[in-house]
Amino acid sequence: MKAYFLRVWQTISRPSVHYSLGFLTLGGFIAGIIFWGGFNTALEVSNTEQFCISCHEMRDNPYDELKTTIHFSNRSGVRATCPDCHVPHEWTDKIARKMQASKEVWGKVFGTISTREKFLEKRRELAEHEWARLKANDSLECRNCHDFSYMDFTTQSVRAAKQHSTSLASGEKTCIDCHKGIAHHLPDMEGVSGW
Amino acid sequence: MKFAKVMLVPMLVLCFAAVAEEIATLRNNTAIDEDVNPEYIPKATNDDIKQARNYPMQPPLIPHSVRGYEVNLNVNKCMSCHARSRTNDSQAPMVSVTHYMDRDGNFLAEISARRYFCNQCHVPQLSTEPKVANDFVDMHTIMSDKAAKPKGQ
Repeated sequence: MKAYFLRVWQTISRPSVHYSLGFLTLGGFIAGIIFWGGFNTALEVSNTEQFCISCHEMRDNPYDELKTTIHFSNRSGVRATCPDCHVPHEWTDKIARKMQASKEVWGKVFGTISTREKFLEKRRELAEHEWARLKANDSLECRNCHDFSYMDFTTQSVRAAKQHSTSLASGEKTCIDCHKGIAHHLPDMEGVSGW
Repeated sequence: MKFAKVMLVPMLVLCFAAVAEEIATLRNNTAIDEDVNPEYIPKATNDDIKQARNYPMQPPLIPHSVRGYEVNLNVNKCMSCHARSRTNDSQAPMVSVTHYMDRDGNFLAEISARRYFCNQCHVPQLSTEPKVANDFVDMHTIMSDKAAKPKGQ
């Protein structure tokens, strides 16, 4: 084993015998483009709604529930897809989230939520993860579209305007504190503060 | 006899047609293979202004939109504002104390199961004209009318 690693090290630490410097630098550059492009393309493919609902767990549960909400169908026709709310848009945060999502591959392989019953059983835990994430990042995924600076309080209902201009403006509350369950059904809310 | 049989068939058809016309109110007698343009769907009133009750026992109307409010085994969205413990934060009116009583009059910590489904009695309103006229007159109007009448009539 040690001899094998030693041989590899000797090979890569010596100058190339057969290939020119130009071939190696250009080849490395092109291979880099192909690798990085491929990586990013795969990343973006995994960041589409089509990808999410290609599994029955997501298609039959959260996606089905989303369909009746305002984030799916509304007067202006702008809609949110799964990754808009569940994956950060910034690159480093996105990669961090994608690494976390490897747990979901585990879940898929072992059928953690493979039936409606299992999903309902686990809904509170899954929801709590999302609430915690949005609470921690000050509802970043909401704010990717809903920018506080451009809210027109005059077109909001009196109650909404009051709460947005006080609790939300002061940073005391963030979107998810009040707007839980806007895109999917709620779990048993026993013991959740504010319910 | 044969004549009677011949007459019976069209008469029966006519009878069914008459019955069908009476029943088909929602579709307004549109043929089954036809589509009509649905009527405009009015907006829910969302001004948070309390409306007077027509009689003392009337369940108060909901002066706001309740789109997407879940009231089920897991959660009661209405109670996240109207529960006793939530009214400080929400400034919403607390549900009446009767809603915390079971049928024997014992007070419970949480809303009573028999009052759980808010929409059974409380309904939001739409900004539109009523489809059916209502000639309900409340007690005060009756009393003031009576008082206005000269005695002996």
